[in-house]
Amino acid sequence: MRQFFVFARKEFYHIFRDKRTLLILFGMPVVQIVLFGFAITNEIKNAEIAVLDQSRDYYSNRLVQQLQAGSYFKIDQELQSHQAIEAAFKEGRIKMVVVIPPKFGESFFHLHKAQVQLLADAGDPNTATTLINYARAIIGNYQQQLNGPQAMPLTINTTVRMQYNPALKSVFLFVPGVMTLILLLVSAMMTSITIAREKELGTMEILLVSPLPPAMIVTGKVVPYIALAFINALVILGMGVWLFGMPIKGNIVLLLLECALFVLTSLGLGILISTVTDKQQTAMMASMMGLLMPTVLLSGFIFPVESMPLPLQLLSNVMPAKWFIIILKDIMLKGSGLRDIWPQSLVLCGMTLLFVTISIRKFKIRLS
Amino acid sequence: MHPIVTKELTKKFGAFIATNAITFEVKEGEIFGFLGANGAGKTTAMRMLCGLLRPSSGEAKVAGFDVYTQADKVKQNIGYMSQRFSLYEDLKVKENIRFYGGIYGLSNNVIKEKTKQLLQKLQMEAEAEQLVSALPLGWKQKLAFSVAILHDPSIVFLDEPTGGVDPVTRRQFWDLIYEAAGRGVTVFVTTHYMDEAEYCDRISIMVDGRIQALDTPRQLKAQFQADSMDDVFLKLARGK
Repeated sequence: MRQFFVFARKEFYHIFRDKRTLLILFGMPVVQIVLFGFAITNEIKNAEIAVLDQSRDYYSNRLVQQLQAGSYFKIDQELQSHQAIEAAFKEGRIKMVVVIPPKFGESFFHLHKAQVQLLADAGDPNTATTLINYARAIIGNYQQQLNGPQAMPLTINTTVRMQYNPALKSVFLFVPGVMTLILLLVSAMMTSITIAREKELGTMEILLVSPLPPAMIVTGKVVPYIALAFINALVILGMGVWLFGMPIKGNIVLLLLECALFVLTSLGLGILISTVTDKQQTAMMASMMGLLMPTVLLSGFIFPVESMPLPLQLLSNVMPAKWFIIILKDIMLKGSGLRDIWPQSLVLCGMTLLFVTISIRKFKIRLS
Repeated sequence: MHPIVTKELTKKFGAFIATNAITFEVKEGEIFGFLGANGAGKTTAMRMLCGLLRPSSGEAKVAGFDVYTQADKVKQNIGYMSQRFSLYEDLKVKENIRFYGGIYGLSNNVIKEKTKQLLQKLQMEAEAEQLVSALPLGWKQKLAFSVAILHDPSIVFLDEPTGGVDPVTRRQFWDLIYEAAGRGVTVFVTTHYMDEAEYCDRISIMVDGRIQALDTPRQLKAQFQADSMDDVFLKLARGK
């Protein structure tokens, strides 16, 4: 046991003396989660729009207020005529124009239908579609408020996901994926590099000649990183909550335990990588490329697993990230307990055990 | 009983025979030089003796323990220093000593005492708190050797310990080796510096996985009618 502490202390020296690695360990997750979180989001905030309200009655006024109420739209201009629309778009700042024709309230109550025209700058079709959808949803809400089974030509788009993400906030779908990805990369990379480094520098030979059992070498190297990776997990979790407004509906202790479990899985994966590589560079590339691409593509992070062809669906089961994303989403968004997510947790436990066993095996072979 | 005894020790990597049935013994307190060209099988032989590689066939006993079945005991009783650095560059001198003492199970008090002695002997007290990366190459090697025998092993294996340093520093390094041997430590050293070979009590020369010659430097020179070990080595290498 004393040997173990001696070893772990040495490992901490390595970590804290190597400022560059330390920066990667703690800087990378923060930067990446911000980049991923904000860049890969298709959510739109404070989009600048213009309104051409030709009816200017009580009801049209309220509609305009509702559009403004959320954080999606910011009304930049009040246009006076149709001719002004073209000019407003050309300025480039306005992404959408809402045109309310004359006698809006009157036609709504007497003719049972009113019209609202939405003009979007389709130069960026994705943004345009999103804006239109948002506006439609808001108008649909308004229509319901006005108590109309009366037919307005606009209805709310409903999808299954609405249930847990009423505003269709894409952040809720991305953040668990981003958190998982970063945690996996950082943890796996850390261990694989640290072990590869001993091999590259030749100090691994000295360790193997010493009476330290191989399992002790592996655990001695990895345990300090468990602590670091867990701190990382807390940072990532904190950013998800405070920066992106992810809720934590479930039990926080369970959530932390699951994070710890996933950290172990990732570290195990890192050890496994390090047993087959002798160079830090290779270890880094293997953990970056070998884990990044399959995880992004197959874990359900960006592309839903359900819509993949069967062989890929089966393959996705091998991705530890897939299971952790499910766990995160379930605990954070749905408030699930262990009763709901034990199968996924069990899969992660199994994977961890498998990785560590294979690693120690392989490690021993090199020794004798 | 001899500290190192081998009989027909062989290591094959696939069809390649790295070490071909070598048989020799090393006496207690002896400085045993293990010579050979690159790829002659020196390092492979040494690794088998240290328990880093499993022999394909043959027998070997180190410090009285069998390398197949008692590798753990072997490891407790040997020190090892390799041509690549045995020290952690990003650790301070003191921390390196403490780490190696720790993994060999020395108590804190013993480590403290030994650290003091060692730094005094190497005249490195002033550098105790310096990172190893800041030391000159020769100092690192002397330190690495001292660390390798910190736990008082009965045998120390040195794999080309003086690669890349000047003759003066090499001489100083050998003073350390003599001193250890004088205390009864058996020294097993590989090298390809022929001047170093002259410092050894006995030498074996490996060619293509076999031991082609084994004797004292003086006897070998007589046997091959050579003026220096350099000549002995060249004659052997050419003669194959």
